[in-house]
Amino acid sequence: MTQPFRLPTAGRLDAAGTVSFIFDGKPHTGLAGDTLASALLANGVHLVGRSFKYHRPRGILSAGAEEPNALVGIHRDPARKTPNVRATVQELYDGLAAVSQNRWPSLAFDVGALNDLGAPFFSAGFYYKTFMWPRAAWERLYEPVIRRAAGLGTAPDQPDPDRYSNRFAHCDVLVVGGGAAGLAAALAASEAGARVILADEQAEPGGSLRFEAGAVIDGMPGWEWAQRTAAQLAARDNVRLLTRTTGFGYYAQNMLGLVERLTDHLAAPHPEAPRERLWQVRAKRVVLATGAIERHMVFPDNDRPGIMLASAARTYLNHFGVAVGRRVAVYTADDSAYAAAIDLKKKGVEIAALVDLRPAPQGAHVEEARGLGIEVLAGHAVTGTEGRLRVRRIDVAPVNGGAPRQIEVDALVTSSGWTPAVHLFSQSRGKLAFNEATQRFLPGQYVQDAVSVGAGNGTTGLGEAVAEALQAGEKAAKEAGVSKARAKVPNLEAGSTERWSSGMAGAAPGAEAGKKAMAFVDFQNDVTAKDIRQAVQEGMRSIEHVKRFTTTGMATDQGKTSNLHALTIASEMLGKPIPEVGLTTFRPPYTPVTFGALVGHGRGALFEPTRRTPIHTWAEAHGAVFEDVGQWKRAWYFPSGGEDMHAAVARECRTVRQSAGIFDASTLGKIEVVGPDAARFMELMYTNPWQKLAVGRCRYGIMLREDGFIYDDGVVGRLAEDRFHVTTTTGGAPRVLHHMEDYLQTEFPDLKVWLTSTSEQWATIAVQGPKSRDIVAPLVEDIDLSDEAMPHMSVREGRVCGVPARLFRISFTGERGFEINVPADYGLSVWEAVWAEGGKHGACAYGTETMHVLRAEKGFIIVGQDTDGTVTPDDAGLGWAIGRKKKDFVGIRGLKRPDLTAPGRRQLVGLKTSDPKTVLEEGAQIVADPNQPVPMKMIGFVTSSYWSENCGRSIALALVENGSHRMGERLHVPMPDGAVEVEVVPTVFFDEKGERTNG
Amino acid sequence: MLLIHCPYCEEERPELEFRHAGEAHIARPENIAEISDEAFQRYFFIRANPKGVTFERWRHIHGCGRFFNAARDTVSDRFLMTYKAGEPKPDLGEAGGNQ
Repeated sequence: MTQPFRLPTAGRLDAAGTVSFIFDGKPHTGLAGDTLASALLANGVHLVGRSFKYHRPRGILSAGAEEPNALVGIHRDPARKTPNVRATVQELYDGLAAVSQNRWPSLAFDVGALNDLGAPFFSAGFYYKTFMWPRAAWERLYEPVIRRAAGLGTAPDQPDPDRYSNRFAHCDVLVVGGGAAGLAAALAASEAGARVILADEQAEPGGSLRFEAGAVIDGMPGWEWAQRTAAQLAARDNVRLLTRTTGFGYYAQNMLGLVERLTDHLAAPHPEAPRERLWQVRAKRVVLATGAIERHMVFPDNDRPGIMLASAARTYLNHFGVAVGRRVAVYTADDSAYAAAIDLKKKGVEIAALVDLRPAPQGAHVEEARGLGIEVLAGHAVTGTEGRLRVRRIDVAPVNGGAPRQIEVDALVTSSGWTPAVHLFSQSRGKLAFNEATQRFLPGQYVQDAVSVGAGNGTTGLGEAVAEALQAGEKAAKEAGVSKARAKVPNLEAGSTERWSSGMAGAAPGAEAGKKAMAFVDFQNDVTAKDIRQAVQEGMRSIEHVKRFTTTGMATDQGKTSNLHALTIASEMLGKPIPEVGLTTFRPPYTPVTFGALVGHGRGALFEPTRRTPIHTWAEAHGAVFEDVGQWKRAWYFPSGGEDMHAAVARECRTVRQSAGIFDASTLGKIEVVGPDAARFMELMYTNPWQKLAVGRCRYGIMLREDGFIYDDGVVGRLAEDRFHVTTTTGGAPRVLHHMEDYLQTEFPDLKVWLTSTSEQWATIAVQGPKSRDIVAPLVEDIDLSDEAMPHMSVREGRVCGVPARLFRISFTGERGFEINVPADYGLSVWEAVWAEGGKHGACAYGTETMHVLRAEKGFIIVGQDTDGTVTPDDAGLGWAIGRKKKDFVGIRGLKRPDLTAPGRRQLVGLKTSDPKTVLEEGAQIVADPNQPVPMKMIGFVTSSYWSENCGRSIALALVENGSHRMGERLHVPMPDGAVEVEVVPTVFFDEKGERTNG
Repeated sequence: MLLIHCPYCEEERPELEFRHAGEAHIARPENIAEISDEAFQRYFFIRANPKGVTFERWRHIHGCGRFFNAARDTVSDRFLMTYKAGEPKPDLGEAGGNQ
């Protein structure tokens, strides 16, 4: 018989909607609308997992998001293996395949369960104390073994193939939680005209109305009212109803994070559909209707499969039509569990006993239970349980002594009361207040524009909760500034015989101090009452320390069922009242959120923008290999005829110095500095003097921070008295503009200067080499290119290929060179024209690697490579660029700091390896004596290092202590296979006299 | 994510559009080249970093591009007010006290 525990007369699912699924390889059937947990229970399967530390058999504790035990892997396909899914919230779909976790070789026979026999040794803090020595063994031996033995599911081993989406939303009133209170609040707020978002984590709203059989609202059964109300709300233009949506985080200024699950419940999701959607909602008012969470009883061996929460048993019965057993006992210290016994009994399930810790429980429910023939054992406790893979017997004893009694059962449902779900309130930084009368924490002082209603606010009756929520919804709409004349506040009569009261917390008889029993407080992290007492005994005084020492509340369920128990036990041990011990901090997320949902579309190619120059397609077509420089794709080198990188770069380097090379320098940062005070502003921003720079001339500028260290560099051309064309490093353009704007707006606001980023407006084509003028000349109109008319370091405006252009005569190679700037849209066609001319002179296209080698041959620095934020112009050998007569510039005072003027600072030098074929590694450390003991004293490091084809040897730049006074010294670069000997030399390796710029 | 009121755009915009720019009301000395090491230390390195109300600079970098000043409570992370660069430090009275 299939689904032997499905009752034909109970529940709301359609018996015709049969669905097949597989658990641990075994096929089962369930019904459409089931969760994996309810379908397993319908098949009589309680054993679903092994516990984290002791590998104890575990079953299904709850029917909701608080589940600590029933964690399974859902394997949809090879790439979609989701670990640690709570079976209680996973909706069943046809073909669902789930596997149990943390067991080997099988769930019923698990070798790791030996840990349970060793439990006396594995108490709290065991790892901290035991695996101390030898120190090295932690990394190599202990940690890998412990990690394999403990833990939960296995992470997927393939990239996540799913798409995730995200949206921002604004609303007047956000209601979190779609139970009776949430629905009522949304109803009232939307009636008043507010734009409302209502988020509920379930597929169908209704909250506790799912299991509360006796609830009546507006004259109809509670569940029916909830579905009607949800449909009514969804139809309203001013309401967005989000189901399967969890409000997981409450952030500053009423911003909440919601995650909406879109496809995890579908058998065959559309391949393009996003799996989840992250909502970032900014709400004028927030109504928290997050309900309450039932707690289990803490007693010996309270964790066997078949032992579950009373409300869960009712949910499985009243909603899913599933009996959690055939002979069920109830253990409680609270009223609400009576309803479970009554509901089960009415559906023909035998109630073996109702054990109530309280000496004399009274009330209608007690009478009703007795009237149904249920044996109520008042003043009794469950002091033990038996059953290897499922509970089969319980020991029941009178609290104040007397003979114990054994009762055969196949399930035990427990309740010690309800904990208001104050997670989001607490995340909003609201202050919780401990209510002495009811012994629970409730929302106290609010710091954001929010209100709590219903069970989450400690309102324990349905009628009061609905009334409170209606008022709160209407008030929230008003406070959000919505004023609809004479809005009709709905009047709802609601009632139920039940209350979500606080009950008792802490250890029950049999689990008191001194007892060795395994009475679990935190199921997911395997923390017992004894562990918490031990933590206090070993000196943990703060609840935060108790938490970390025992790991209670630190699992993925964040202690939803356990925190109050742990706190109560700790406060008893400390002899302090609960509010003095205090709660641990609630942090987002309320339930686990996938990385996918948080990342959204921002991964792979969409992780960040890719910037391409106008000449990119040409480089691609000509076989360029690209490198990433910030967000830019830059042509790295152009291999031809099967060349490797080394051969290609060597050829490019030779060709530039022999004839010419063409280089795409479009990524250079460019800033237009304009205005009557432009020269004065430049004087302040750069170390160099600018006032006397003639129009049409260029200068290499150095920018410092106020502390005197090099921040950026670049060539600046003066186009007019009031106009400068400033270039920056490729990566530095945004921060240089920011830096300039900062000073212009806040320190020198009286200067009449305007700054404009033009990096992407100009395409820049560098033509470098002895033949550069011959290549450029035929393309240039109305500019005299002779050395007399246009010497090195000058700039002209004119036309190139008929296009308006700024032509610079500059060189980052040491060769005669030009840089042609044309509007970006013309960049590609001008490049092609230059390329055609270059072909006549044997020129090549070269990439960034050759650019780097050629500049290093000349000792030209790259800021950020040869400098690191602690290098002054003097350190870099650029002291000449400081305008010594200037009265002010940014960094002028920083440069005078004692440490910056002290002798012996690290200075930029050249290095030649004794063996010219050895190329040093960039970043390698430099020492004076390679035979000194380790750790050696390092006196500097290599900043740039290349094979120089033109010098026929390796070359390197380095920052070395007192380097400028070490010319000719032999130093050493220790490497894994021995130290490399180097000689300190000047930074210029090629054309020391600099004659080739005019060559 | 915070909402920040740009005093130039005169509206609240999301934090993503802004960049923090350090403590406010620290003027660069006019004669900076001549000041003592101690004065330079005070100007460049020393910051108040208070618990409570702090005055700080922000830039609406992905908006109007303007730098402005803000008073923010570092305990609650609430912006008490924002105002244009160059305007005097506001007297926040009670709110400016040590909260």
